Amino acid sequence: MIPEVGHFALIIGLCLALLLTILPAWGAYRRDAVMMGLAPGLAIGLLVFVTISFTCLAVAFLQDDFSVKVVASNSNSLLPDFYKFSALWGNHEGSLLLWGLILCLWISAVALFSGQLPLLVLARVLSVMGGIAVGFLSFSLFTSNPFERILPGAPADGSDLNPLLQDPGLIIHPPLLYMGYVGFSVAFAFAIAALLGGRLDASWARWSRPWTNVAWAFLSLGIMLGSWWAYYELGWGGWWFWDPVENASFMPWLAGTALLHSLSVTEKRGLFKSWTVLLAIFAFSLSLLGTFMVRSGVLTSVHAFATDPARGMFILVFLAIVVGGSLTLYALRAPAVTSRVSFAWVSRESLLLFNNVVFLVSTLTVLFGTLFPLIMDALGLGKYSVGPPYFNAVFVPLMAITAPVMGLGPISRWKGDSVGRWQSELAVPAVVALLCGITLPLLGREYNLWVALAATLAAWLTLGLCRDLWNRVRAAASPLRGLRRLTPSYWGMFIAHLGFAACVIGIVATSQYSIEHDLKMRPGDREVLAGYEFTFVELANVRGPNFLADEARITVSRNGERVAALAPQKRRYLASGQVMTEAAIDPGLFRDLYVAMGEPIGEEGAWAIRLHYKPMVRWMWLGAILMAIGGFTTAFDKRYRRQRTPVRAGAVAEAATRAG
Amino acid sequence: MPARLKLFLPLILFAVLALFLFRGLELDPRELPSALIDRPLPEFALPALGEARQLTRADVTGEVALFNVWATWCVSCRVEHPYLQQLADLGVRIYGVNYKDEDDAARRWLDELGDPYLANIADHEGSLGLDLGVYGAPETYLVDAGGIVRYRHVGVVDERVWQEVLEPLYRQFSEEVRSR
Repeated sequence: MIPEVGHFALIIGLCLALLLTILPAWGAYRRDAVMMGLAPGLAIGLLVFVTISFTCLAVAFLQDDFSVKVVASNSNSLLPDFYKFSALWGNHEGSLLLWGLILCLWISAVALFSGQLPLLVLARVLSVMGGIAVGFLSFSLFTSNPFERILPGAPADGSDLNPLLQDPGLIIHPPLLYMGYVGFSVAFAFAIAALLGGRLDASWARWSRPWTNVAWAFLSLGIMLGSWWAYYELGWGGWWFWDPVENASFMPWLAGTALLHSLSVTEKRGLFKSWTVLLAIFAFSLSLLGTFMVRSGVLTSVHAFATDPARGMFILVFLAIVVGGSLTLYALRAPAVTSRVSFAWVSRESLLLFNNVVFLVSTLTVLFGTLFPLIMDALGLGKYSVGPPYFNAVFVPLMAITAPVMGLGPISRWKGDSVGRWQSELAVPAVVALLCGITLPLLGREYNLWVALAATLAAWLTLGLCRDLWNRVRAAASPLRGLRRLTPSYWGMFIAHLGFAACVIGIVATSQYSIEHDLKMRPGDREVLAGYEFTFVELANVRGPNFLADEARITVSRNGERVAALAPQKRRYLASGQVMTEAAIDPGLFRDLYVAMGEPIGEEGAWAIRLHYKPMVRWMWLGAILMAIGGFTTAFDKRYRRQRTPVRAGAVAEAATRAG
Repeated sequence: MPARLKLFLPLILFAVLALFLFRGLELDPRELPSALIDRPLPEFALPALGEARQLTRADVTGEVALFNVWATWCVSCRVEHPYLQQLADLGVRIYGVNYKDEDDAARRWLDELGDPYLANIADHEGSLGLDLGVYGAPETYLVDAGGIVRYRHVGVVDERVWQEVLEPLYRQFSEEVRSR
């Protein structure tokens, strides 16, 4: 019964989404305030029904209703409750419903927190988002119904959630990632609304900014969690594989990074308008493209969902309508005339333009690398796979040229600056950064030029930021007042840029300084790695809620002092019979010790054991968390909540006269 | 109005991309065509791994079987191995093609991890692999009772691949033999 309620609620949700698409758009066309005024109510109603639907599916999972097909194929009665819940989105159908729910959350958030927006704009924005909801809800209902039953003959027990997904990180990774993906639909909807209205101005950019920053922050967190999960769960200590699915989440992030910087220029200086609109369309299109690639089976990946050409066709048509439609609108309506506002070559605008170009080029190179196998295959030129060598070769230099420019950005002035001022402000930071770069690698295992470069760049970024902060504080009557006068926008930028510096350090140090030993160990064996002595104490058999495991108990000591006790496992899951490697990690700010079990080797109790020493690997994720905190912080800026238009009716009248 | 035309550029690029994606829907990146599909397994005479005899085409044909191309240097083969063992335990006939490998290492592997193979063809030089058109390990070929190659799977054979692809074919060709 409950699944049918969920199914029915989803159908009602689709109907409401259709109304939300049509009525406000019609109202906006006719300048009918009543019709436009329906939008927020419809948005809330849509959220209510999709939430009911989602809850029903969650109940089916928690109650082990194996007559529901997705429950039977993705859950199991032995599964702990929180994994039963997260199993909901560990599969195509359920994750699509989660996607829909999150889209509805964003739509309602826009409806609720945009009281100051002119009704005409709000109606258009919600209508565009409603259209996207129609696409996703019908995708769910017509090709991937999560409520499909197996009746009669429901299985007695389910075939279990893929053990790889039975992990706390994976409970929250997809929701965060979808918050990011779907969040870009807000910026997209604002861009489309602005194109429809023919007004691309500072206020449009100001409305878009907080939404874009928050979506970007969620996406940063989601990607970070995915990387962290791969690190400890896949059991080989890697944290980024340039896998198509990872790229699918990374491309919108790169485009989003370009977008949020471009939006700042459009808001403050009224420049780059067409460019910003294009980036908004681009960021969301890449989110959709990511969905297409993951769910259509056009590319192979370790985390692809079960695929189906019918689904691929549906989403391709949807992609063509959304992206094709918006790009057509862009081609017809974007302002073709170059702006009359000018800026000097040495100015914050040109630095941000540089940022835009670098991030766009990075996005395109990742896109090209990801689609290259598909393109060659389609042209009949053979089967190829593009791996990390390509991506590292093009991506690392691009990021390396971003960092020096990034250090100049915050301290530079809009409109025009001078090289002389840069020199006087940044000479000291530059020298200190160089010294840091030269000395810091001395603390590492051996002297390494890549680490020296990374340390220089990270120090340059950090010191440049500090210099700028100091300037701002110094200018005020008292330091405290100076600090208080800084806006959340500024702090957000500050924190996010620090996060980038931390990421650079973490990625380079861990790539250059990691040590890995693969060896055969028997209980009683010892091995020394980077000054740490690993002792294989004993082998044990452990029983978990839904698995049996061999557990190696390993103690680690350094200079005779005990540092950690690690217990990696080799698990055999009972329902599926799948074997999984569970790595054991002793984390630290400056180094991780990582132990994973390979295979048992012939003789009694001997195993292939993999020992890793990973310096500063946490900095990369810490950096990503800082970037996310930065993104969230900017949304608290009062500027975004200020009353901007006197009264709604007035705004409609004003818009009507302008249009007339 | 050249400035306006420039704005159509993104749309055109997207249209090209969409065409490729459309074409991509029909292609399966995991499925590599083999020049040998529906043609006889090539002739060969190669030593059997760990035995003092030569194997030829006649020794390994006559019943439906899987030919699994593997090697000790292949990490994915290690992943695949336990599942092959399960299939062998169920009575599925699997021959191994030990591809460009060392005999000692291969024998140690089978001692440690179990031996799901009816026999292993030691293809040191990769000559049989060349005739088959092996792309990389692991690959698995389905050969029917008449010695005709019927299907080629590139990559790891797991439960899904077996149940959705290989098992139906395996049964179909086994039944054809019985009905004859």
